[in-house]
Amino acid sequence: MSRDGDSEVITLGHGSGGRLTNDLIRQVFLPHLSNPSLDVLGDAAWLPRVEGRLAMTTDGFVVSPREFPGGDIGCLAIYGTVNDLAVGGAVPLALSAAFVLEEGLSIAELRRVAASMGAAALRCDVEVVTGDTKVVERGHGDGLYIVTAGVGRLRSEPPTGPSTVCLGDEVVVSGPVGDHGAIIAALRNGLDPGALTSDCGPVLPLVDALYGAGIRPRFLRDPTRGGLATVLAEFAKEAGVTVELREADVPVRDEVRAVCDLLGLDPLFLACEGRVVAVVPGGQGDAAVAAFAVLPEGRGAAVAGRIVPREAGPVALATRYGGRRLYDTPTSEPLPRIC
Amino acid sequence: MRDDLAVFRDVGRVHALAEAIARLDPGRPVRLMHVCGTHENALCQFGLRDLLPAWLGLVAGPGCPVCVCPASDLDLAARLAMDPRVVLATFGDVVRVPARTSLAAVRARGADVRIVYGASDAVALARALPAREVVFFAVGFETTACTTAAALQADPPANFSVLCSHRLVPPALDALLGLPGVAPEGFLLPGHVITVTGLSAYRDLASRRPIAMAVGGFEPVDLLLALKDLVEQVADGRPRVGNDYPRAVRDGGNPAAIAAIAQVFEARDAAWRGIGTIPASGLGLRAAFAGRDAAARFGLVPDPEVPDTTPGCRCGDVLLGRLEPEACPLFGSGCTPDVPVGPCMVAFEGTCAARYRHRRL
Repeated sequence: MSRDGDSEVITLGHGSGGRLTNDLIRQVFLPHLSNPSLDVLGDAAWLPRVEGRLAMTTDGFVVSPREFPGGDIGCLAIYGTVNDLAVGGAVPLALSAAFVLEEGLSIAELRRVAASMGAAALRCDVEVVTGDTKVVERGHGDGLYIVTAGVGRLRSEPPTGPSTVCLGDEVVVSGPVGDHGAIIAALRNGLDPGALTSDCGPVLPLVDALYGAGIRPRFLRDPTRGGLATVLAEFAKEAGVTVELREADVPVRDEVRAVCDLLGLDPLFLACEGRVVAVVPGGQGDAAVAAFAVLPEGRGAAVAGRIVPREAGPVALATRYGGRRLYDTPTSEPLPRIC
Repeated sequence: MRDDLAVFRDVGRVHALAEAIARLDPGRPVRLMHVCGTHENALCQFGLRDLLPAWLGLVAGPGCPVCVCPASDLDLAARLAMDPRVVLATFGDVVRVPARTSLAAVRARGADVRIVYGASDAVALARALPAREVVFFAVGFETTACTTAAALQADPPANFSVLCSHRLVPPALDALLGLPGVAPEGFLLPGHVITVTGLSAYRDLASRRPIAMAVGGFEPVDLLLALKDLVEQVADGRPRVGNDYPRAVRDGGNPAAIAAIAQVFEARDAAWRGIGTIPASGLGLRAAFAGRDAAARFGLVPDPEVPDTTPGCRCGDVLLGRLEPEACPLFGSGCTPDVPVGPCMVAFEGTCAARYRHRRL
């Protein structure tokens, strides 16, 4: 491969479809993502016959920085896609991944990303069965974008949906919120993240545990972009109710609070990448927490709130002082405040 | 650090203070005003207004720095940002504030607008981009003005300049007290600003226009201590300037910060959005720093055609506490957080945005 100083980098030739492209696929991607479907490098992967309905999702990954404590864009792409299937009520069958590489990207970094994707796929027991690479000229991309699709088999009893929500239903989160968003914000702003790591990980075991405990959720989401408040506000608007969160019961790490205090951000608007929020029938919240909490992914799970009649805002936070703070879907990306 | 803060977030202490305030009931409504975006943010964040008795009203005055920034300055910033030589660096909450256009809108059209946490970040940007011209759009009160001053004193690179829109708090309070039907019975004074400036300007104001004043910090206990102080002052009819944030605020302020502001800036008459010009309420660069004036460097002058507010927008009256947001004809129909017409609808803690979130459906 071409050399730029001491390090191998992506050149436009890697996107030509010729020998360099082939080398890239065989030397960088296949060692980590190999499986019978992918290895034949066909134009379309054949999937096994499946009983029942299919679910499909797609997602794009453009995170900056691409590598962060607890993960990178590669494992994020796998977990993000698998998690969308999982909260959509499906068990993942197969994934695709397309890579848009910017000329000049370090191939060593790409190898790390591919290795991270391979490890994440193994952890989720799913294969990347087809893929694509494209190279854009320097300046026409931000290093590396990954676009995925995922196909899954729908459970026989997927979440019943916002229209089935009842007053008194309980809102359960599977662990502390805002870890991923806080670490990205800290890194972008030159703060030392200390011991904080991204929560980037699979939520499928959590969903399995919920069903395993005999709980059929009304609603499941992974609170990624926009965080817990946004996901619950969207849900509440659709269901015509208000979600009341109790501040004292919403798990947030001290380190995340500290980053938020310093940067003027709100942890309820920060992304999670390995958490699930479930609305379950009233009285089943504690059982859901118990099902989550036996898993390493569910450490810190809590019943964070409940469904109440529609009031002024779709999400109301009952503060630990007895006041109420209302949340709605945010207008734009979180912007730091001045003073 | 966080253990120290825990004392000021103690639920039992907060409730005890709220009850103590409730016991001071004078048997009539009392209207207080804060003049600080961070106070509004803290009040919302902790839900403290719900703990106050019904007779005690606490309104937001002209204390949100991006809300009071005149449209002509925002327009200058947008025009500077459109200059291909320029990287415009500013605070995050300025970006979406609407004027003839907004910085977010010009950024989408290709302008290089960067969000920074302060003047020193903008200087670092100028060092990192020696071939570009970095303009720091400097808004905010004395709290941010001293950091702009410090950055200018520290001999920043030649490609660094400032579009200066800093404002001063005491002249605004003074002007507000002169307006009929506006004055509250007491001011909750901004703890960050007064950490910088000290109390002398407020003592001077109190000697001319007696009114209850108390400096408040930003944790729940800090805020309620200051409110209790204000209600006591109102109840006993003896206004004074209370310092209820003594762990940060010294009588004499921060001498180094005061000196920096005095060396770099001079007070000038300045426009406040929707309110008008207030004498000696803005900061301009002194002659020794005139070379750092971005408007002069790029030959731009404020465009007199830029309307300060959109017709129908009553943000000025809202900022003075003269109008309830719901009484503005645009509220909730022509002006929402998604499509803000006036500045008060932009920030999370903007008075109109907060009311919009809390509206009854």
